[in-house]
Amino acid sequence: MEDLAKLLQELPFFAGMSSGDVDEVVSCATTMSFPAGLHLFHEGEPADRFYVVREGRVALEIYVPSKGALSLDSVEPGEIVGLSWLFSPHRWQMDARAVTDLRVVAIDGDCLRNKCDANPRFGYDLMQRLSRVAQQRMHSARLRLLDLYGRAGSDVR
Amino acid sequence: MAPSRYRIGWRRRETADTVTVGLDPVDEALAVFEPGQFAMLYAFGVGEVPISVSASRGGTQLVHTIRDVGAVSHALCAAPEGEVLGVRGPFGTTWSAAGVDVSDLVLVAGGVGLAPLRPVVHQVLGDRHRFGRVSLLLGARSPDLLLYTDELVEWSKFVDVQVTVDHATASWSGNVGVVTELLPRARFDPAATLALVCGPEVMMRFAARALLAAGVAPGRIRVSLERNMKCAYGHCGHCQLAHEFVCKDGAVFPYDRVRPLLEVKEL
Repeated sequence: MEDLAKLLQELPFFAGMSSGDVDEVVSCATTMSFPAGLHLFHEGEPADRFYVVREGRVALEIYVPSKGALSLDSVEPGEIVGLSWLFSPHRWQMDARAVTDLRVVAIDGDCLRNKCDANPRFGYDLMQRLSRVAQQRMHSARLRLLDLYGRAGSDVR
Repeated sequence: MAPSRYRIGWRRRETADTVTVGLDPVDEALAVFEPGQFAMLYAFGVGEVPISVSASRGGTQLVHTIRDVGAVSHALCAAPEGEVLGVRGPFGTTWSAAGVDVSDLVLVAGGVGLAPLRPVVHQVLGDRHRFGRVSLLLGARSPDLLLYTDELVEWSKFVDVQVTVDHATASWSGNVGVVTELLPRARFDPAATLALVCGPEVMMRFAARALLAAGVAPGRIRVSLERNMKCAYGHCGHCQLAHEFVCKDGAVFPYDRVRPLLEVKEL
């Protein structure tokens, strides 16, 4: 059996987390694998967990009628997939698909929320880490909204 | 300086709105262009625009990659093989490592900003043992707008090439996101790195910040600025950025030199 605590501590998302807090996470975690092409979850389904990518790439997609699945973001090793487990109504807001063969740590949302409620210090630390992910993704989305590589409208180098 | 005549020897469509052309001298060849420098390309009867060299091939042929974004660049992109253009140059500064010891290289390119960095990649590949880790981090709007896709595959055998796009369909198996998100995945020693950044100015601003956050000193970062260049001699002032003339003092600047200017919105 893999040492999940050691595995998590090596991932950037959990960097610097105390071993006691990592043990709390581990008690809610399990390892999983997905073959390329398989979905981790679909839009609208219950968001009961999140994933930390160990190996492989995940595409976050949304289905647009007449256009098919459009990729909004990709998630790489060390990064996390899924924030909807945190917030009511706990439903996924997009699809997540394994682009390559994938190895992840899956963390049960109910379990972790209960631990956050029981231990606010742990909860605050975890929320800071998750908020940073949310902030980075919002920043990325805003920059892409600028359409920086679009036509400048003039002759510039 | 009057334009020298160059004939389009070949042209290759890169994307729907971008072509690369090879220009051969009709008159005496101009001086050698170094990576980072640009030419003023003149579509006769239409006008003149600054375009960076996009290859270092040696010899007298000039290679430029041109995006169709205005009247002049449209004329240049539409010009067939055999047509004669006017060329002035070489102008501007180079992707110089002056003043810093360099082992690792990080190249950050956005969109057609890859074109001015392409000669650097060519030079690195021609002298690969001189460098340690070399990363090319490339951002584009969508997969169909990526430049030099054949070469990217070849380059990736020798340097770390990472590509991301803003938008994609499910058929794209690569990264989706902004180019700065690739930086944490690149391996380099900040104290021995030279970072060359080229793309839209907002992208360069955030890329420079990400490089600083990764520990790269401002003096180890180079950015290539875009302004409205006309004379290319620093006389007309169209490209002036405070006391700097982008055409003459740039277009490639050490980031520590222009950082204060880029933070002034009105400039």
